[in-house]
Amino acid sequence: MEKRVLFKSAWLPWVLIAPQMAVILVFFFWPAGQALYQSVMQQDAFGASSEFVGMENFQRLFTDPSYLESFKTTAIFSILVAVGGLALSLLLAVMANRVVRASGLYKTLLIWPYAVAPVVAGVLWLMMFASPYGVIRYALIEMGFDWNHLLNADHAMALIVMAAIWKHLSYNFLFFLAGLQSIPHSLIEAATIDGASPWRRFWTIVFPLLSPTTFFLLVINIIYAFFETFAIVDAATHGGPGKETAILVYKVYYDGFKALDINGSAAQSVVLMAIVMALTVLQFRFVEKKVHY
Amino acid sequence: MVQRTPILNFFSHLILVIGVIVVFFPIYVTFIGSTQTAQQISSSNPISLVPGSNIVESYRFALFGGKTEAGASVAPALPMMGISMAMALIIAIGKIAISLLSAFAIVYFRFPAKNLVFWMVFVTLMLPVEVRIGPTYQVISDLRMLNTMSGLTIPLIASATATFLFRQFFMTVPDELVEAARMDGAGPMRFFKDVLLPLSKTSMAALFVIQFIYGWNQYLWPLLVTTDEKMYPIVMGIKRLIFGEVYIEWNVVMATAILAMLPPAVVVILMQKWFVKGLVDTEK
Repeated sequence: MEKRVLFKSAWLPWVLIAPQMAVILVFFFWPAGQALYQSVMQQDAFGASSEFVGMENFQRLFTDPSYLESFKTTAIFSILVAVGGLALSLLLAVMANRVVRASGLYKTLLIWPYAVAPVVAGVLWLMMFASPYGVIRYALIEMGFDWNHLLNADHAMALIVMAAIWKHLSYNFLFFLAGLQSIPHSLIEAATIDGASPWRRFWTIVFPLLSPTTFFLLVINIIYAFFETFAIVDAATHGGPGKETAILVYKVYYDGFKALDINGSAAQSVVLMAIVMALTVLQFRFVEKKVHY
Repeated sequence: MVQRTPILNFFSHLILVIGVIVVFFPIYVTFIGSTQTAQQISSSNPISLVPGSNIVESYRFALFGGKTEAGASVAPALPMMGISMAMALIIAIGKIAISLLSAFAIVYFRFPAKNLVFWMVFVTLMLPVEVRIGPTYQVISDLRMLNTMSGLTIPLIASATATFLFRQFFMTVPDELVEAARMDGAGPMRFFKDVLLPLSKTSMAALFVIQFIYGWNQYLWPLLVTTDEKMYPIVMGIKRLIFGEVYIEWNVVMATAILAMLPPAVVVILMQKWFVKGLVDTEK
C-alpha cells in the first residue's frame, strides 16, 4: 500500500528517519549482534581472552539440567497465567457485557491494575501471603492449609501466578469486552427466539465468534508471562525457594549479572530471541487472517 | 437485554462485585498497612484491616526518608518519584516524537532502501530488552551512559508499535490534503506541522498514556544501568526496602508501594478513553 501523492526530496526522509535508526542500530542491532557473537565464544576464567567455540555454549545449555528445569518452570508458569487469566477475565467481561446498569463503573474499577508496576504487584501479593502478618496466609492456616511459599515450591509458583494474573486481568478484560461488543446483537436475538438458553448461546455463538480475540490474547499472555513478569518473580520469590520459580528471563539475568557467565547468558539470550521471534510471527500471521474485529 | 432474566442479572452483578473486590483487596491491605506503625504490623497475625493512626508519619517517612528506630536508614521516595516521572515523560514523548518523524518519512516519501528501513523497525518488535540485557548493558557501559538519564531512557525510546500506529494512521489521511497543501505552496515540513500533527492528536494522546505507564513501570532496565542511588526510579526503591534489610519497616514499604502506583493509576483513570484506545490500537 502506498500513497498516491508523495513528496520528493533526496535528503529529507533520511533526516526524518535518522533518530529512529540511530537508536535501533546502537541499542537493538548492535547488542543483538553482540549476543549472537558472544554465544559462540568462550571467555577464559580471567576474562582476558576468548576463543571461538561454535555451538558449545548451546550444547552446554541444553544439557544443563537447571536450564531445562527453567524451561519447564517457564512453560508451566505461562500456561497457568495464560489459561487462568483468560478464563477469569472472560467471565468478568461476559458479565460486564450482560449488565446494562453500571457496566461503565465496573469497567473503570476493573481496568486500572494495568497501571500497577509488575514489581509493585509482586510486592502487594507477597505482603498478603507473608509471614506472620499476611491476611490470606492467616486465613489459609485457619482453614488448615499450611501455606509457606518460602519452603514449598508449589506455593511459591502459585504466588507468582496469582500476582501475574492479577496484574494482567485488566488488559484481557478490555480486549474481551471489545470483542463481545462487536458480536452482532441480531445473532443472539435469533438464538433466543429459537429457545437457546443463555448458557447454550454462550458456548455455541459467543465463544466461537470470540475465538480470534481469545487466540490473540493467548499469544499476548504467553509473551507477557515469558518476558514481562521478571519483576514479579524478582520481588515475590527471587526465583526461590531453590530455583523452582526461576523463569527463563530471570535466569538470563541471574547467570549474566550475578553468576557472571557472560557467554552462557548470551546463548540464553539468543534462545529467547528465537522464542520471541516465533511468537511474534505467530501473532502477525494470525492478525492478517483475523476477520472479526 | 434480549430476555428478562433477573436471577442471571443478579448473578452477573455478584460475580462483578467479587471481581472488583479481588482486584481491590491487595491495594486495600497495602493502604491499611501504610496507616499503621511498623511495630503494629510486624507483631500482628494477621494485619489489622482497619486503618491505623500512623498515616501521616508513614508517608512522611516514605517521602522524605530518615533513620528508623532500629538504626537503618531509609532512602527518600520523593527524588525517586522525580526520576520515575522524568523517565516516563522522556520515554513517552521521545517515542512519540521519533515515531512520528519516521512514520512520516516512510509514508510520504519514496527513497531507496525504504523497505529495508521498514523491516529493521519491524524486527525491533522481536528484541525486547529482556532478551538482550547483557549485551545492551555492555553497550551502555562502553558509551559511558551508566547512571545517566540518557542511559535510562534512550535504549527504551525506539518503538516499532508507535511507528506502526502512526503509519497506519497516516495511511488513512486523504491524499487530497497533500495536494491542497502543495497547491498552496507548502513544503513537506509545513504539511507535517500544520496538517498532519493536528490530525494526529488523538493517536498521540492514546499513545502517551500507554507509553507513560510503560516508562514509569520499567524495572529490569534501571536495575541494570543504575548503581547510584540518585538515579533509582521508585519501583526499584520499593524492592530495595524489602531485600537486604534486617528489619523491614513494612508501613514504609506499603506507603512507598501506594506512592509508586499513584501517578500511573491517576493517568489511567483520568485518561480512560485514550487509554482504552491506545491499548487497542497499539496491538492491531
